Amino acid sequence: MVKEIERAGIPVVHMCTVTPISMTVGANRIVPTIAIPHPLGNPALSPEDEKILRRKLVSKALLALTTEVEDQTIFEN
Amino acid sequence: MKLELGYIQITDIQFSKESKVENGTLFVDADAVKAFMYEDDDVKEWVKSFSFDIAKPGESVRITPVKDVIEPRVKVEGPGGQFPGVIAKVDTVGSGKTHVLRGMAVVTAGKIVGFQEGIIDMTGPGADYTPFSKLFNFVVVAEPKEGYEDHKHEYEHAVRIAGLRAATFIGELGRNVQPDSSESFETLGIKEGIEKYPDLPRVAYVHMLQSQGLLHDTYVYGVDAKRTLTTILYPTETMDGAILSGNCVSACDKNTTYHHQNNPVVAELFAQHGKTLNYVCNIITNENVYLADKQRSSDWSAKLCRLLDLDGAIISQEGFGNPDTDLIMNTKKIELQGVKTTIITDEYAGQDGKSQSLADADPLADAVVTGGNANQVIILPKLDKVIGMLDYVDTIAGGHAGSLRPDGSIEAEIQVITGATNEMGFNTLSAR
Amino acid sequence: MSYRVVHYINQFFANIGGEEMAHVAPELREGFVGPGMALNQAWKGEAEVVATIVCGDSYFAEHEKDAKAQILEWVKAQKPDLFIAGPAFNAGRYGYACANICAAVQDELGVPVLTGMYQENPGADLKNKVLIVSTANSAAGMRKAAPAMAKLAMKLMKGEPLGASCEDGYMNNGIRVNFFEKERGAKRAVNMLIKKLNDQPFETEYPMPSFDHVAPNKAIKDLSKATIAVCTSGGIVPKGNPDHIESSSASHYGEYCIAGVETLTSDAYETAHGGYDPVYANQNPNRVLPVDVLREFEKEGIIGKLHDYFYTTVGNGTAVASAKGFAMEYAQKLLEAGVHAVIMTST
Repeated sequence: MVKEIERAGIPVVHMCTVTPISMTVGANRIVPTIAIPHPLGNPALSPEDEKILRRKLVSKALLALTTEVEDQTIFEN
Repeated sequence: MKLELGYIQITDIQFSKESKVENGTLFVDADAVKAFMYEDDDVKEWVKSFSFDIAKPGESVRITPVKDVIEPRVKVEGPGGQFPGVIAKVDTVGSGKTHVLRGMAVVTAGKIVGFQEGIIDMTGPGADYTPFSKLFNFVVVAEPKEGYEDHKHEYEHAVRIAGLRAATFIGELGRNVQPDSSESFETLGIKEGIEKYPDLPRVAYVHMLQSQGLLHDTYVYGVDAKRTLTTILYPTETMDGAILSGNCVSACDKNTTYHHQNNPVVAELFAQHGKTLNYVCNIITNENVYLADKQRSSDWSAKLCRLLDLDGAIISQEGFGNPDTDLIMNTKKIELQGVKTTIITDEYAGQDGKSQSLADADPLADAVVTGGNANQVIILPKLDKVIGMLDYVDTIAGGHAGSLRPDGSIEAEIQVITGATNEMGFNTLSAR
Repeated sequence: MSYRVVHYINQFFANIGGEEMAHVAPELREGFVGPGMALNQAWKGEAEVVATIVCGDSYFAEHEKDAKAQILEWVKAQKPDLFIAGPAFNAGRYGYACANICAAVQDELGVPVLTGMYQENPGADLKNKVLIVSTANSAAGMRKAAPAMAKLAMKLMKGEPLGASCEDGYMNNGIRVNFFEKERGAKRAVNMLIKKLNDQPFETEYPMPSFDHVAPNKAIKDLSKATIAVCTSGGIVPKGNPDHIESSSASHYGEYCIAGVETLTSDAYETAHGGYDPVYANQNPNRVLPVDVLREFEKEGIIGKLHDYFYTTVGNGTAVASAKGFAMEYAQKLLEAGVHAVIMTST
């Protein structure tokens, strides 16, 4: 799905937990997330800390969108 | 380790005031089964009521929503008991002698999460796709207490325990029955094995266990597999109830407890043991939702394959989607250790069969056995009787709005059928 | 009345000559010529070769456009129920001609087509487009190839569904078809492994695909002026799943307005996804679709605007081709709406 958006000419960042699948299917900007049932959250944290975590992850996605890449890139920490 | 299985062939099930096995007929006192299930506190807390039914091969009966299928057994000699760590104490099983009530199963049914349970048809086209249509099924339908929606984890646990307890109760009836036939299975120590079969290739079974969370868990000696590291088991431990299903992924490719008890890869490897190969052991590894876990678990599978000096491995998957990555990671890493692999999976190639079948791929996975395309559409005609309820047919994985048609027939993908595309290779279904 | 079949063969099988006669132009003959006899015999009167088109292999290769035009005209006039070509075995130009003329007849005239050749014949490159029976690599294989082709041809003429490629003898065309094997999967796996261990040839039941890649687009220069859309395959939908997106094998996607929505509450949103534990997403749908945070970033001026609509589907068991179709469709909507970048979340 990511690839079709990219093909349409819109830069896209894929936020997912299973980055190897994202690599195989051909996403170019990839941000690893927490876990499959809660990619952008962590129920073990307090609501405040969880929000901070989510802000961090989405910030990383925005960073990926503003970074030029030549090839498939995983934006680790 | 050596295990003898004594098979008591069951050819009929009847309700009765007295519970016993006589001349191949299982007589069950449903009230006694109910009382035995309710002895468990969790069952008492979450299950409002149980109802019971019997479904026989060829009858016009549909069972849905199906949670688990369990073969009743009883340990008659040697350490341990049925379902160690859950029902019996946690002693190591897999040796001594176990009686098996063959040709029948306990089926648990009722609503839990709705879309994660399956259908068993005892006749018609659907029956061809599920191995459980050929069994005499003692069906336990559970009804939750009010307010269970917010406690599905707990309710699933209660229904799982109830099913295992029902199977234990029935299995116990075979304790003093003379088996119709028996078979022995033995695995030697590593060194003994090499000495006995110096020229045979060393093969293990890498058994992937679904472990993704609510209704996606498998238990090993009572431990939730998602909290395990990849480890080694004697094959006979699996045959003796060490692994059981607490999960409901899509019905077609979830491994029920029955599948674990009768793991076909274990059976086929034992059939070749000492002839074309030396069946060394089982390696169990999980399919977790965290990437770090996937990496660690697959690293460990590969590491153990190397440590055991294997020549080959068969890898079986459970579920689909992101577990395809666990499968590919295992395969790739094991192949890179110089160990040849064959893998068993199933496909989601779309209703037209034109799509990519797996979510992940690698050229090193060059020997694949498939359990078929789960997206294939099937029409299941209306059957005379429903055990359970049809409320979930539209939302079950593989169903769609309108799956249940006004005339009572069902149009859905074979994904809805319990065990249809089993990834242990239980069935003959395949695809090209 | 029997089915009408037009057969295409080359100069060699028409007994005109070998390589030295490969230049001959197409020619229409009545009834069967050469291998058509074997087809007729196999059909036992149920179908019949009513006309045979003979063409030199070099002629077809060098004058493909003219040859096709002429042949299409002849085939059309015959009003056949099926067009069959070859078998070409391992003859490269003949195989190329068979596959390509079949493709033309199928596309232009809508007539069912069938050909046959050796799997390494260059013509087999079209196996995903044209149904090709797999044959031996030399004409010595005619005795097996002709009945196999005749049988499959009869299925096509009767409009019966195809079995799996290995059952019906055609080359795998990328369409997966279920069938029941003789042995169960575990036994097949053990047998396959034994062959692999002994360095004997074995055949995988599912050849691994190769994925295509798309070059990355340019990065966003100024985030504070960019409209960002958020999409998911994690199945987040308004409570009650109004569009009935399936829990697995989704047949459609959802488009939902979030203008003015500050955060996705558990009262208003949930997940329809059947492939993962839904408890966490249902408790707080922002864990899958981070509307709360994006709204904050919008207020703080970090991003220009959060797009008013989000697109959602269930990735679970959904065919790659369907997912691709959904994304192609909504990517156009996003483009038209002037969205600058997309955050896609997956579970």
